[in-house]
Amino acid sequence: MAQYKLVTCTINGKKREQIVDVRASLTDMIRNNFHLTSVKKGCEVGECGACTVLIDGEAINSCLYLAVWAEGKNIITLEGLMNPDGTLSDIQQAFIDETAIQCGFCTPGFILTATEILNAGVEYTDDELRKLLSGHLCRCTGYQNIFRAVKKTMLRRLGKDAEAELVK
Amino acid sequence: MYDMKALYEATSVENAIELRLEHPEAQIIAGGTDVLVQMREGKRAGKELISIQGLDEIRGVSMDENEAIRIGSLTTFSHITRDPIIQKYINVLGEAVDMVGGPQIRNVGTIGGNTCNGVTSADSASTLHAWEAIIELTGKNGKRYLPIKDFYIKAGTVDINVADGEIQTAVIIPKESYDRTAGFYIKYAMRNAMDIATTGCSVNCRLSPDKKTFERVRIAYGVAGPVPMRVPSAEAAINGKEVTLENIEMFSKTVLEDIHPRDSWRASKAFRQHIAVEMAKRCLIESVKRCGGDV
Repeated sequence: MAQYKLVTCTINGKKREQIVDVRASLTDMIRNNFHLTSVKKGCEVGECGACTVLIDGEAINSCLYLAVWAEGKNIITLEGLMNPDGTLSDIQQAFIDETAIQCGFCTPGFILTATEILNAGVEYTDDELRKLLSGHLCRCTGYQNIFRAVKKTMLRRLGKDAEAELVK
Repeated sequence: MYDMKALYEATSVENAIELRLEHPEAQIIAGGTDVLVQMREGKRAGKELISIQGLDEIRGVSMDENEAIRIGSLTTFSHITRDPIIQKYINVLGEAVDMVGGPQIRNVGTIGGNTCNGVTSADSASTLHAWEAIIELTGKNGKRYLPIKDFYIKAGTVDINVADGEIQTAVIIPKESYDRTAGFYIKYAMRNAMDIATTGCSVNCRLSPDKKTFERVRIAYGVAGPVPMRVPSAEAAINGKEVTLENIEMFSKTVLEDIHPRDSWRASKAFRQHIAVEMAKRCLIESVKRCGGDV
């Protein structure tokens, strides 16, 4: 017997209600019920990071999270990062400027993890940043540009624009 | 979609115990980063799950009335690492759990799940053994407290009495264990992220007030046997000795008397023995430094 449950949560700032099959992962719910297809199905075992979303500000693999656990949670996907006027957020723009994108499959996940990192307001060392980004696989191996996009945005948010320009 | 037969969501610890008594075959799911992977692989496919994810009452780190550090079983790895009590008194535990999987896993995976799996390679396990953690289990007859070495029975099996509806509710570090003590953990793995330890070693020490003598050294390994283990021979060999490099080297060689790693696809027995000695040495040198001593 299929088992269903009503889930009430906030997705990208909007209050949502959805009846879900209890067997569904959060990836299933976000993609199939809300059509937010920036959340990718990659490995589905928590290794590749393509399904990453923010729950109450923390990056998690939505493939390893039951949809019913979203009850009462505040969820952000890539679609929710745009500025209110429809322009891109600084980190999205930085990915474009640094060509931190090849096939694009890993990009939404990387940007959401980067959002958690940047919101901490801390200036991390290069090694710390690499560790914080280590939960994502880019099979085009475009890591250097991704790293640079995150580092430059981190420095700019800390008011160090001149230093950001020097990041190689 | 996960291949599960049914999901029961616990609303409180009492409710979780009731659900466990009603559905003894069901698997407890906390953060889900292991259970859901195993379900996907087919190992736990078709099972009933009791979710304790919503039990905020067993989340978080606090200091109890006996000055013991109480880590709620649902506390995630990233919250342990960032917790001020952990950072002040048992920083090495925060560092050890910061090596589990990747950042997104650490935002969801819990210390209770890490220990209840009963897996020798768990990054929290060697440190919890080396700091003589106490496991709190709550069941229909109330609470039961077990030293962590007794909690682990054999590979993949821990002492949780399903017939009493027990679930793990806390991991406790007594004051006697963390007082004037500092430690260090080394995880040896093939990759720096998203990997399982080939061998893990956690050491901590307490030095005499003049920092010249080892008052108490404790060492534990993951993946040096079927369950995480302490190394009593090495501890006995160094306790009361002077803080010198020669004594630390003697200590590190003595570990081979107690550990029994095996050949596996991850690494050979000979390699594990080789790195175990080196890890013990490096961990103890770092622990001495963190205690304000000098080697």
